[in-house]
Amino acid sequence: MDLFLQQTSDGLAFGGIYACVALAVVMIYQATDHLNFAQGEMAMFSTYIAFTLLHHGVPYWWTFLLTMGISFIGGVLVERIIVRPVEGTTVLNEVIVFIGLLAIFNSLAGWIWDYTIKPFPSPFPDKAPFGITFIGPHDFGVIGVTLVVLAAVFLFFRFTPVGLAMRAAAQNPDSARLVGIRVGWMLALGWGLAAAIGSVAGMMVAPIVFLEPNMMMGILVYGFAGALLGGISNPVGAVAGGFMVGVLENWVGTYVPFVGSELKLTVALVLIVTVLVFRPSGLFGHVVVKRV
Amino acid sequence: MALLEVSNLEAFYGQTQVLRGLSFKLEEGSVTAILGANGAGKTTTLRAICGMVRTAGEMRFAGERIASRATESIVRHGIAHVPEGRGTFMRLSTEQNLKLGAYTRKDAAGVTDDLERVYRYFPRLKERRNQQAGTLSGGEQQMLAVGRALMMRPKLMLLDEPSFGLAPLLTEELFRILGTISSERQVSMLVVEQNASLALAIADHAYLLETGRIVMSGRARDISRDETVRKAYLGY
Repeated sequence: MDLFLQQTSDGLAFGGIYACVALAVVMIYQATDHLNFAQGEMAMFSTYIAFTLLHHGVPYWWTFLLTMGISFIGGVLVERIIVRPVEGTTVLNEVIVFIGLLAIFNSLAGWIWDYTIKPFPSPFPDKAPFGITFIGPHDFGVIGVTLVVLAAVFLFFRFTPVGLAMRAAAQNPDSARLVGIRVGWMLALGWGLAAAIGSVAGMMVAPIVFLEPNMMMGILVYGFAGALLGGISNPVGAVAGGFMVGVLENWVGTYVPFVGSELKLTVALVLIVTVLVFRPSGLFGHVVVKRV
Repeated sequence: MALLEVSNLEAFYGQTQVLRGLSFKLEEGSVTAILGANGAGKTTTLRAICGMVRTAGEMRFAGERIASRATESIVRHGIAHVPEGRGTFMRLSTEQNLKLGAYTRKDAAGVTDDLERVYRYFPRLKERRNQQAGTLSGGEQQMLAVGRALMMRPKLMLLDEPSFGLAPLLTEELFRILGTISSERQVSMLVVEQNASLALAIADHAYLLETGRIVMSGRARDISRDETVRKAYLGY
């Protein structure tokens, strides 16, 4: 029973990280119909920025907020300068740009900070509160931080005019323009937000997997799996999917003997294929019905 | 001064030219109808005014040049387009759809007033205010589209086939409300309609479009008496 609790809570912590990645991916997917393959690398790059800030003595939570802010601006700039010229051209063009971004961020990080593995601090105390023992202090903190971030994003989209305008722009760009919404800027804002949310995932996972340029590769696959499982067209579903993938991954790794920790990533891939074959709209997704 | 002044307007979809040099004026507070068969370029005329197709030519709205500007900049001058197919934000609620109509406005109190006014015109929308807009019936979505346009407090409304897909009774009601809006709120309207007699009934002026050219223009009353128009578009 202890093992089960441990594996579940550990899974929830990873799930929170996957949920952030999944949400970032879904936000851009909803607006553009494309998966941003560079989402993970952008998060990794953000984490290096946090690393540098910490290195210069900026206190952790200031670093956290600053990194989110810098990532937001970076995301906006990437959309405006690099992605915008190919928007609405062909699928292949956009995918190539996304993969190009992935390669660029990966090499850039290696070039600036080199490829050696670096430790990244956890901001959380040594012990989980309330004398809880089945969950590590970092895991506990990760669950808390990701929940706060996800709740903030939810409130932003639900209750602010800009959030509403962003949803409108994603759902029906033509109508959005007709009510005066600057759709191009909404898209840039979406990239900024996605980058900021991704940076949280990066900073939360780095103390566990250590900081290096390829740190987010696996995480991104789990994030995709979460987004697909929950429903690529539904941000809330994607978040739920992220948590589910985190828990599922740990359960399978623990209780299915031949999987162990080496084959865990395969779980995500199997999940992706299964969802795409049997329920492409995901558990909570909208089935797209077009009235003719 | 004319509210909208269009001269020598041409519009293109890719290489295909759809409008071939339209020139017309719209007086402030007036209702103008554009009549014509399918493919004559009625919808394209409205889309061209809003910068949703590639155009050439000159367009002035309230004295300002609007030709070849971005759609979102053009509508901010006070042009509300009720698009063909209604352009509903399907996964937002009815009320959110309406509020988006007022997206560019800064006067919160005025917006609240206008929301109540729209609900007075269309009580059905109030009943369904928290319902997902995609689940509304076609007629309700048409009302929503008109309501969303009103929320802009526009100087000019462009209405594309407002009767499309509506039951006759509902159509009559909608046009009655449009008539009320134009006289009460001094909103100018440019109406595109297949149902010519309906459009002519509320219009002051009318233009007849054939393959991208204006072939007849005049007061709505005179046009509706015209022999050729009657035979071709009014059916009696």
